[in-house]
Amino acid sequence: MLPFQGRALLIGYLLLACAVAIVALPFLWILLTSFKHEIAIYSGALIFPPTLQNYDDVMLGPRSNFPHNVRNSLIVASVSTSIVLVVGTLAAYSLSRLVWARWIARGFLGWTLLFHMIPVLTIVGPWYLLFQRIGLYDSLTGLILTHITINLPMTVWLMMTFFRDLPPELEDAASVDGASQAQTFVRVILPLAIPGLIASGVLAFVFSWNEFSIALNLTSRSASTVPVGIAQFVQQFEIQNGQMAAAAIISTIPALLLMLFGQRFVVQGLTMGTVK
Amino acid sequence: MQRGLTSDSIAVRPAAEAQVRRKIHPDEWFRNATLIPAVVLLVVLTLYPAINLLMMSLSSITFSHGEQHWTFTGLDNIRHLLTDWLFVVTLRNTLIFVVVSVVVELVLGFGLALIVSGVPRAKGVIRTLMILPILVPPVAIGSMWKLMYNYDFGVFNQLLDLFGLDPVGWLSETRYALASVIAVDIWHWTPFIFLILFAGVEGLPREVMEAARVDGASIWQTVRNVVIPLMTPALTIAFLFRSIFAFKVFDEIFLLTSGGPGTSTEVVSLHLFKVFFEQNDLGYGALLSIVIILAIAAFLVTARGLAWRVS
Repeated sequence: MLPFQGRALLIGYLLLACAVAIVALPFLWILLTSFKHEIAIYSGALIFPPTLQNYDDVMLGPRSNFPHNVRNSLIVASVSTSIVLVVGTLAAYSLSRLVWARWIARGFLGWTLLFHMIPVLTIVGPWYLLFQRIGLYDSLTGLILTHITINLPMTVWLMMTFFRDLPPELEDAASVDGASQAQTFVRVILPLAIPGLIASGVLAFVFSWNEFSIALNLTSRSASTVPVGIAQFVQQFEIQNGQMAAAAIISTIPALLLMLFGQRFVVQGLTMGTVK
Repeated sequence: MQRGLTSDSIAVRPAAEAQVRRKIHPDEWFRNATLIPAVVLLVVLTLYPAINLLMMSLSSITFSHGEQHWTFTGLDNIRHLLTDWLFVVTLRNTLIFVVVSVVVELVLGFGLALIVSGVPRAKGVIRTLMILPILVPPVAIGSMWKLMYNYDFGVFNQLLDLFGLDPVGWLSETRYALASVIAVDIWHWTPFIFLILFAGVEGLPREVMEAARVDGASIWQTVRNVVIPLMTPALTIAFLFRSIFAFKVFDEIFLLTSGGPGTSTEVVSLHLFKVFFEQNDLGYGALLSIVIILAIAAFLVTARGLAWRVS
């Protein structure tokens, strides 16, 4: 919108080119690294014989736990996303369209806001004690429960902004036609909220897939997820740089897919909460 | 009498109608069914642990044969807190980390948003690319930068070598480590600030910008006198949001330095992690958690007032 012209426009494009390079080059560098033998990594060669050895070791190696991590991450992210969408959407509809005492609505939103803002590690300690006692430590069920909890605030707020934009006449008309409240919600409101459901869903999935600090402390070998697997490459006595790069590249696949196919929803979801 | 009745009904009806329109008539069963699952989840997995923190902070908890043993120790943990110099260092590091990275992110993100909105082409491509760092696992970003900062073969030391300079221990030297970690955060989150502010800049009223152009205002004058005043609420909110989230930073630093060398990059979340899960001091960890939660609650209340005043 600023009236860039002549030299200003040229400088603008130059600066943009720099920005693009700064954002993109680290990804390209790590992509190159993932195709290098350990020797080529150490020599820092730009031209090298490419190899799939690192990917092979990470995904198919007999001692690699990474395929198991990928499986766990896929289960945890998809199950927790499905559940948080149901629970969060219902709560959002309830709080934005149904009559609740002020203290309940305020208390709910205030508490979720505070919970969303505190470092999650403050609450992982009590979760650890609780899960140890009831046998959910190092279980996918336990991890799913925590991921539902951390994604609930975001889902509720996003869906609330979507519901608020719908005209109240919809519900009036449905009730005149004899629909119950539940029917109105399922048949009239929900179909209109599909863009919101997709936006919240993709973000919840990605945040669950990316989540590290809970998975690190509440799982051991059997339920550990992709981020925990990547971190283990760093902590090993002899760091396998090539494998670490390959694992990092594999872990970015959901983000890449979303960038290419779900951009509209991601931008909507990310900007909505802060702009409105 | 007749007159009074009409004026009464005129006065009452719109208000009553508005009430009905805004919130539909409650069906108790449906109303409860919609909110109760979320409330149960929050009570069991956030409220109960928060209350548990209070009890933990007054205790010392040990494990033997998988059993938890709680011993009531009263104010011991508070005494520990008063002499915990490491926590002070941690707070100082976190404060530097938050202020420097968020301020730089705001300046760069805002500048980028202005430039992208001003050029006629490439908006779509840039917005697409900027989404990537936000969505990629922070752990992957940590490991990427760990490789790039590597002393022996990292890209930065290769560049230094190209200019005939000596290699630098980006993550292993105390004087560089915090700055290196801040640089990663800036790389990671400037795109997020850009996305938010770009939406704001694109939403600025067209007539105002047009008027500035017609009046012959230079780009710099337009930005200073028109855009910045109009964007102040968005800038404030972006600043507050990012500050709170930068305060929580854990994943990248865990991978890059684990708080080292020494205590030079030890931040709040990392300190909590170490107390809870490396020193296994769950009682003291709980006390630290309570202090942090209260501090953030206080910050939120203050920030709400600030955001209110700005907008």
